[in-house]
Amino acid sequence: MNSRLADKIATFIFWAGALVVIIILGALVAYILYHGGKYINWDFLTKPPQVIRAGGGIGPQIFNSFYLLFLSMVFTVPMGVLGGIYLAEYAQNNKLTEAIRLSIETLNSLPSIVVGLFGLLVFVNMTGWGYSLISGALALTVINLPLMVRITEESIHGVPDSLREASLALGANRWQTICKVVLPSAFPGLVSGAIITSGRVFGEAAALLFTAGMSSPALDFSQWNIFHPASPLNPFRPAETLAVHIWKVNTEGLIPDLRRVADGSAAVLILVVLGFNLAARWLGRKIYRQMTATN
Amino acid sequence: MALKKNTVAYKFFNLGGSELLGKCLTTGAALVAIVSTVTIVVFISMKGLSTFTIYGVSVKEFLFSAGWFPDRPPEEGGPQVGVLAFIFGSVLVSMLAVLLSAPLSITCAVFIVEIAPFWGQRFLQPAIELLAGIPSVVYGYIGLSVLVPFIRDNIGGLGFSVLAGFLVLSVMILPTIVSILTDSLRSLPREYKEAALALGSTRWQAIRLVLIPAARSGLITGIVLGLARAFGEALAVQMVIGNTRKIPTSILDPVITLTSAITMDMGNTPHGLPVEQHPLVDGPVSPNNVVLFHPGSPLRSK
Repeated sequence: MNSRLADKIATFIFWAGALVVIIILGALVAYILYHGGKYINWDFLTKPPQVIRAGGGIGPQIFNSFYLLFLSMVFTVPMGVLGGIYLAEYAQNNKLTEAIRLSIETLNSLPSIVVGLFGLLVFVNMTGWGYSLISGALALTVINLPLMVRITEESIHGVPDSLREASLALGANRWQTICKVVLPSAFPGLVSGAIITSGRVFGEAAALLFTAGMSSPALDFSQWNIFHPASPLNPFRPAETLAVHIWKVNTEGLIPDLRRVADGSAAVLILVVLGFNLAARWLGRKIYRQMTATN
Repeated sequence: MALKKNTVAYKFFNLGGSELLGKCLTTGAALVAIVSTVTIVVFISMKGLSTFTIYGVSVKEFLFSAGWFPDRPPEEGGPQVGVLAFIFGSVLVSMLAVLLSAPLSITCAVFIVEIAPFWGQRFLQPAIELLAGIPSVVYGYIGLSVLVPFIRDNIGGLGFSVLAGFLVLSVMILPTIVSILTDSLRSLPREYKEAALALGSTRWQAIRLVLIPAARSGLITGIVLGLARAFGEALAVQMVIGNTRKIPTSILDPVITLTSAITMDMGNTPHGLPVEQHPLVDGPVSPNNVVLFHPGSPLRSK
């Protein structure tokens, strides 16, 4: 075959392939936003869900998702950042470092349902906490730790060595250099990393089914004693998140307006997740510009 | 740091010129990663292996039979838990998903990098990376509310089928594979393409004979990671495949996978009896991880 003709055909095929991918993904997002978007209103976003009647909202679920996100970031960010610093700055080329990297790769490859199972065995049953926010937060930490470590390590590697050397030459020790010079320069990367992991937490369901649980007690938003069982802030209460709610109403829901709740929840969920990812990009770029004074 | 001098906090952060503190903190955090991995692997495999050690199920029967009678009394031969149907379902659904989405992803990635570099890079790649963040339960829900009824009305069967399962998975792993492939194609030196074009090859020849072979390891990594994600996905699959413990005979038959079986049985297991059912299922999952997911890691870290 003429090689020019072959080139034309191949180009056509590449266009077609890319178009198919874009159409599939675009249609998917458009479908969810179109069908779910029309149900999103203030009532839907704030009202508690109904068990058997129509007209329920997703207020507690949204609150639970954000609160669980906060709790899991309390564990994930410090541990992930410190672990990343270790790998980037302190780790030597030895067996220990190899073991750490192997562990992180292994953690990263665990399916989330397996982490959920582990969470059920350890955080829920062994500790006696039962289905609780704290068990869910720990399970999510296990899922997100590898990503946070990797992102930290990469953004620290991106800091030029000349900065480190200048700081060390001025008499600072390594830890001072890390805290005062390296971390601030790596900050944009860390922020976008933290937001990207937040998006993952927000959408995760499999690991939460049997750790944070599939039910939410009646919440009393005027109760601010965090040890009170009806307090929304109590970390030892069960909490159903938005992603889990979508799964649950679809598999065992009894409400007549199931489609409405599920469509609306799916739209809210992807709006928040896409928002997180866009924010990560935007903020990362903005902070980078401010700190380097470039465009 | 704005700490006042001579306070406890100030002394703590300056401990030994603070170098020691930094080293302890970071090493501690890194050790947490090892400890949690070891705990998870030990825990899951201990619980899983108790199927064989405590309940006396034979390994051969476990792996190669499809019979599922976990509460059969001992006089009839004790519990039988064959997971062949689960393993078969998992492998079938995730393989089909990758077979469908790998070629599509490759064409899309090549398009982004080589055919339309400007707007591919400016708009398409960020868009696809954003889409990689869509939660899997949303894909499952779309599968359940659109694909399953469509298959039931237009193709036949119940709708809950192998077909629905692998279609949902293949769409779900598309963005993941495309963004990894795009990165690996873009990281190739410019000279490769320029040299090929300077020697008179067409764009297609440069792509086929130079760029794709050069990016091969990245392509394989992307596809293996996609396979891993498909294999480990639980809820999206569980919602659309029907979950029947039988080996399917047609693409329209319902099927069950390892992950969906875990999802369903984990909840049915009453508290306090954790060894009875679900570990029987998760037994094979951990070895599978080591075998199946590990090819990805050496490639990824290059």
